Amino acid sequence: MSTGTTKLDVVVSDVVPVNELVTRFHFRRRDGELLPTFSGGAHVVVEMRDGDRTRLNPYSLMGSPLDTREYTISVRRDDVGRGGSLFMHRQVEPGLDMVISYPVNLFSLDLRARKHLMLAGGIGITPFMAQTAQLAGAGGNFELHYTCRTASLGTYADVLQQRYGNRVRLYHDDREERIDLERLLSSQPLGTHLYVCGPAGMINWVRDRAAALGWPPETVHFEHFAAPQPGAPFDVTLAVSGKTIRVGSQQSLLEAIEAAGVDPPYLCRGGVCGQCETNVISCDGKFIHNDHWLSEEDHRSGCKIMPCVSRFEGKSLVLER
Amino acid sequence: MAAKTIISRPVYGTLSPQPGKHHLFIADAEGALAITDMAGKAPAGFFDGAEIVFVPGREGKHVAALEALQPVQLHVAPSFASLLPRLKQTLTNAHMGLRLYLAGTEGLIGQAMQAALEAGIDHTSMQTEHRGSLARRMQCVHCKGITENVTTQPALCAHCGLLLLVRDHYSRRLAAFQGVCINAEDRSEIPPMEEAFP
Ligand code: FES
Repeated sequence: MSTGTTKLDVVVSDVVPVNELVTRFHFRRRDGELLPTFSGGAHVVVEMRDGDRTRLNPYSLMGSPLDTREYTISVRRDDVGRGGSLFMHRQVEPGLDMVISYPVNLFSLDLRARKHLMLAGGIGITPFMAQTAQLAGAGGNFELHYTCRTASLGTYADVLQQRYGNRVRLYHDDREERIDLERLLSSQPLGTHLYVCGPAGMINWVRDRAAALGWPPETVHFEHFAAPQPGAPFDVTLAVSGKTIRVGSQQSLLEAIEAAGVDPPYLCRGGVCGQCETNVISCDGKFIHNDHWLSEEDHRSGCKIMPCVSRFEGKSLVLER
Repeated sequence: MAAKTIISRPVYGTLSPQPGKHHLFIADAEGALAITDMAGKAPAGFFDGAEIVFVPGREGKHVAALEALQPVQLHVAPSFASLLPRLKQTLTNAHMGLRLYLAGTEGLIGQAMQAALEAGIDHTSMQTEHRGSLARRMQCVHCKGITENVTTQPALCAHCGLLLLVRDHYSRRLAAFQGVCINAEDRSEIPPMEEAFP
């Protein structure tokens, strides 16, 4: 079994629609024991068995790390994605047995910080639900700035404001409310750490501004799970296992490798952790890199690929797997 | 540059201009040359947002070279102790985006870093460059007294008088190397004292 992908047998204990796009799922252990401890920012990979097809998608845990009787995740419905969120919304009901991974944290708080400044966009709010609960329990100093499209799509905005009052600031796109990022970033006390989770455009914008304003890179934390993108089918030869496989248009390369009975390493399945990095032995065609792990140089070299999110278009591809 | 022996032994780099609008330099003696060398690589207008705090030391050189960089402020102080209250004040009022550059002797870098750590800056976020004397600030692990400018191995504790082995074991919190009694078993055994940190 791959590193960090030990499984937990759980049962869906509750399914709660939060708004028109987001539904919350609660999991408990089937044996009634407590779930493993986690820290704010951790995610689990949820296995979705949909007929003969298995999808594995990462979701941030959003409950309080102080309560391990259940895990909760919130899933935003994506009507044009590869179907994982639709499966969760349509087929998952209370009482269903499911399998999830142990929690893994690739977006943890730096507890040496004097202050935690959090910027959330849309469904990117979920890891902050857990982080704020963790910090509030320990008397931590934080401030959360949350941008959502409309008030009704401001998932958990009400809960957060109720819990933390003016430590939570909301910005609604439809009311033309915008974060004054320049001012916000220029007025933080020394020892502040910055955390961003949201759409890629927002993360890039915040990281760029923070860097330009002199925030040291080690004080800026971000998480963006890239969802594997659908694309044209392609063939791959796995040199080590001696197999040739076809990656379907709705399948990720990692999923296709797994479906062929090969057990490659992975952790996040969202192009951020680096576990699935795979060497390219030869290729004739072009890569569609979607990860946040490899450097631009690696991308250009064509020597490496992150099969959890990236694809290929062309005549032939041979991987060291 | 000092050699790395054990993990706590600080390693220093070469100052390089960081992005941002506010830059605070703290330097002593030949540390000024690290700043002037770096200035060559700095973008235009860099020193419009820079403040330099400088302890010239015994030779009293390099003040003019720093003036020529035209920083917003150049503050010349007779000793680190004399500039510390002002430094603490500056750090308390500072915001994220302030970049810190420390250059000169280990004693100065260590003590300025200590003040910055207390203000919440991570040591990995500071630029450091060692220039000049290798003299060490040493804490006697027995009486806890700090002896400044230790250049010999072994060295005498200025407080309790024990003869101490100056270790490479460094404490960022104390900004000092650890000194441990070298002849605890037999005080009459006096190893020769050599100039080790000129
Ligand atoms: S599994 Fe994490 S980068 Fe691919």
